Amino acid sequence: MSYLKSTFRHPESPKNDLGYTQANYEGALSTLCAGCGHDSISNSIINACYELSLEPHKIAKMSGIGCSSKTPAYFLSNSHGFNSVHGRMPSVTTGANMGNRDLTYIGVSGDGDTASIGMGQFMHLVRRNLNMVYIVMNNGVYGLTKGQDSATADVGSSSKKGVPNMYEPMDLCELAISLGSGYVARSFSGDKDQLVPLIKGAIKHNGFALIDVVSPCVTFNNNPQSTKSYEWVRDHKEATGTFDLVPEEQEITVQNPDQINESITLHDGTKINLHRQPDSLDITCRESVLSALEEAKQNKQVLTGLLHLNTDSNSTHDILNTCDTPLNRLTEEDLCPGSDALEALNQSLR
Amino acid sequence: MPTVNHPRIEAVNDFVIRFANVNGTGSASANNMFSKAVFRMGVPVSPKNIFPSNIQGLPTWFEVRVTEKGYLGSRGDVDFVVAINGQTLKQDYETLMPGGYFLYDSTKALPRDFKRDDIFEIGIPLTQMCIDNYTNPRQRQLFKNIIYVGALAYLFNMEFEVLTGMVKDQFAKKEKLIAPNIGALELGYNYAKEHFTEVCGLRVERRDNVGDSIMIDGNSATGLGAVYGGATFAGWYPITPSTSVVEAFEKYANKFRKDEQGKNKFAILQAEDELSAMGMAIGGNWNGARSFTATSGPGLSLMSEFLGLAYFAEIPIVLIDVQRSGPSTGMPTRTQQSDVISAAYASHGDTKQVLLIPCDPAECFEMTSAAFDVADRLQTPVIVLSDLDLGMNDHVSRPLKWDDDRKYDRGKVLTAEDLDNMQERWGRYKDVDGDGIGYRTYPGTHPTKGSYFTRGSSHDDYAAYTEDSSVYEANMERLVKKWETAKDVAPRPQIKYRDKDSKVAAIFFGTSAQASYEALDGLQEEGTKINTCRIKSFPFHPDIGKFIEEHDTIFVIEQNRDAQMRTLLINEFNTGTEKLRSILNIDGMPIRARRIKRKIERMLAGENVSPFTTVNSSAQEVEA
Repeated sequence: MSYLKSTFRHPESPKNDLGYTQANYEGALSTLCAGCGHDSISNSIINACYELSLEPHKIAKMSGIGCSSKTPAYFLSNSHGFNSVHGRMPSVTTGANMGNRDLTYIGVSGDGDTASIGMGQFMHLVRRNLNMVYIVMNNGVYGLTKGQDSATADVGSSSKKGVPNMYEPMDLCELAISLGSGYVARSFSGDKDQLVPLIKGAIKHNGFALIDVVSPCVTFNNNPQSTKSYEWVRDHKEATGTFDLVPEEQEITVQNPDQINESITLHDGTKINLHRQPDSLDITCRESVLSALEEAKQNKQVLTGLLHLNTDSNSTHDILNTCDTPLNRLTEEDLCPGSDALEALNQSLR
Repeated sequence: MPTVNHPRIEAVNDFVIRFANVNGTGSASANNMFSKAVFRMGVPVSPKNIFPSNIQGLPTWFEVRVTEKGYLGSRGDVDFVVAINGQTLKQDYETLMPGGYFLYDSTKALPRDFKRDDIFEIGIPLTQMCIDNYTNPRQRQLFKNIIYVGALAYLFNMEFEVLTGMVKDQFAKKEKLIAPNIGALELGYNYAKEHFTEVCGLRVERRDNVGDSIMIDGNSATGLGAVYGGATFAGWYPITPSTSVVEAFEKYANKFRKDEQGKNKFAILQAEDELSAMGMAIGGNWNGARSFTATSGPGLSLMSEFLGLAYFAEIPIVLIDVQRSGPSTGMPTRTQQSDVISAAYASHGDTKQVLLIPCDPAECFEMTSAAFDVADRLQTPVIVLSDLDLGMNDHVSRPLKWDDDRKYDRGKVLTAEDLDNMQERWGRYKDVDGDGIGYRTYPGTHPTKGSYFTRGSSHDDYAAYTEDSSVYEANMERLVKKWETAKDVAPRPQIKYRDKDSKVAAIFFGTSAQASYEALDGLQEEGTKINTCRIKSFPFHPDIGKFIEEHDTIFVIEQNRDAQMRTLLINEFNTGTEKLRSILNIDGMPIRARRIKRKIERMLAGENVSPFTTVNSSAQEVEA
């Protein structure tokens, strides 16, 4: 790691629609190990928010505990962040979202934070379809406690400790698809071209969006026997297809007319144009996605890209019929029924 | 009727009647009808539902104290039993006071071993009357309850029209049911009139002793307090006896909190567990939406980690803890005050949590609505410590009041304008006012100013991570300063001197108060004047320390085994080990006035007695 973060930026750095440069979306200097996959993901988040021209202060960064959960300090320093307790980011984010529905919630978690201690909260978060982006920085290993297997480690994979994991791994994407999440993706920290559009799509999706990002741990789990190493993932990665995210105001341009294109409109009018081969996966059908994931597993492949998209679902606020004004903006006039109503109640209790 | 060799108990508006029923037979609404009828005759009444952790089939009791003087705590002893439950018939028979009355279903004769000659048996063939008058099995079950209420109306010489009025109110929306219910009341009334004239020495006579009081359970008042206090979000997990807090919040929010489009100006989520419920409440408050959760002992344990986060990261939280008997699952439907220490010091590391302790429904309402202000002001968790007795039983209470000029105190929150006008560098945890409380910002306030990172790890004034020992220490000491500030923010104790010179005093809190006041009134009539201090909050106000200093013998009356409030007092004031003497109740029933009085009498007489008002550990001392 380096000890000082340069503040020098090119005076003519490009600006987005809000007039912000990418620097406006950066955070503090990372204290993670040099080469950590997590830092690449942080940069992809910065790129995605910059490219979408989001107001940084209208984003809330949420995390639990672990290496991954430290990263919100390293991006979006003009956003409020909440580094909560281990495995409990989902509930804190749920409450935060209930309190203010107008912010964009980006939750960052790890495989330990999500697939072990936080599994209960994760599953219930998905089934409530909370409007948020949930990024798992998945390295299959506990870094801060120095190299224990996590619940996403594949059977037979071993970390630097050299003892193969013998337990079945959790597949967070399969779980999220089964529990009704309308936006599920898997990516690789080393593939920014794929990851940045996935994050943008996830932010635009109304409802729960999961991106499980394989993010190698250079210190404890980047050895040849690990299925979460840079080398292994690069060699075994398969993509479901590519897609473009087209904001509402822009015209749709088909890049590769020879491929089958499908255009799916998101909640706010943004369109996702899918480009895929004729015999490739239909990501709108969750049964076929689940079998494709199983098949890839049999073939020792890591299926990446947008795995499932279903825009036809209600987020938690829709289900609860919450008012349009964020709850944290309601005042006494909105909230307190007053003394007359109370006296009427008293009368009914006599 | 057999000869009774004992004078009958005679009383007007001062007796205890106990209904013994089977859970799930609709008895609760009939028993409530009786209790409310007494209230409507202007006589204070105190109903206690003693129920099992079960949906259908197990024994349940409903005890109603008719109390002209307005003593609303539990008195102890039973003067009249309505014994409808075969499973507990013997027990109900045995525990009745000599001279008392035993109303039973005489469709079947009492077993031969029921041979008390000191009580009055009132046999009414309830089952047979139902078989004769109703064909539908459910009706036969439900009307059995109404028939005995009708009989009681005759036996206690109650105003029959009060009962028929209640039936009309209750079934205003189901008019068809009014006539058959009144019919059942009449059946019972007439049977008693025919067979038991001049048998019962207990009377309910009209008085004007309830004033403008209302009857409400603590949990309803708490849920309503959350609506009035501006709560917009509740994350919760069902657990007896706190469930009805959130149900009440939902009911009143649905009534009062719809916008023009019919959308909700509130949100409620049933969480997957108590950890999540507390996490949700933390998230909502972090965003500036008043949020709360409600739980009981086991949930409090699960929430402990999060309470530490909220304490250290300084996030306001309102937690309603409706205590029940512990430890572990304990007796889930029985009352206790046994979360005092685990609430006061909830979570690992050095933590202290603000407690507000209501003793009646009006205080449940007031303290819950105030809790949101206190939490916002202090930026810390506030636990409203109620209990099952208070939460789930109807209580006669002062009416609920609200001052329309009252504004919510949202504490120290900076707006975008404040941030723009600020000269010096803002630090989230910087103690600029000297009260230990920093200024916070809600997410989304300002494009470039006021963002910070909330964390449960050690942080400096600017919310940045630090492992610098001196910075950590300074932060922990600032939290102590905030704790001192809390002493002025939380409600003060209620101290009453019966005799300024008396060296004997009593300290109690929550639902131990009513029975304690009654016991001490009784002692005062006999010439023993005992000063009182009712604790309403933690941290303890210095007045409590002064009160301890002023007295030589102080009875600390509470409903747990380990004298938790006494321990807390000794720990916080570093004094009192000799003079603070415990009076404890742990049988899961509300603490009884008569037992407190007897215990104090014996202790003051110098007897070496166990602190328990119930069976002590060696089972040597059993009092009724």
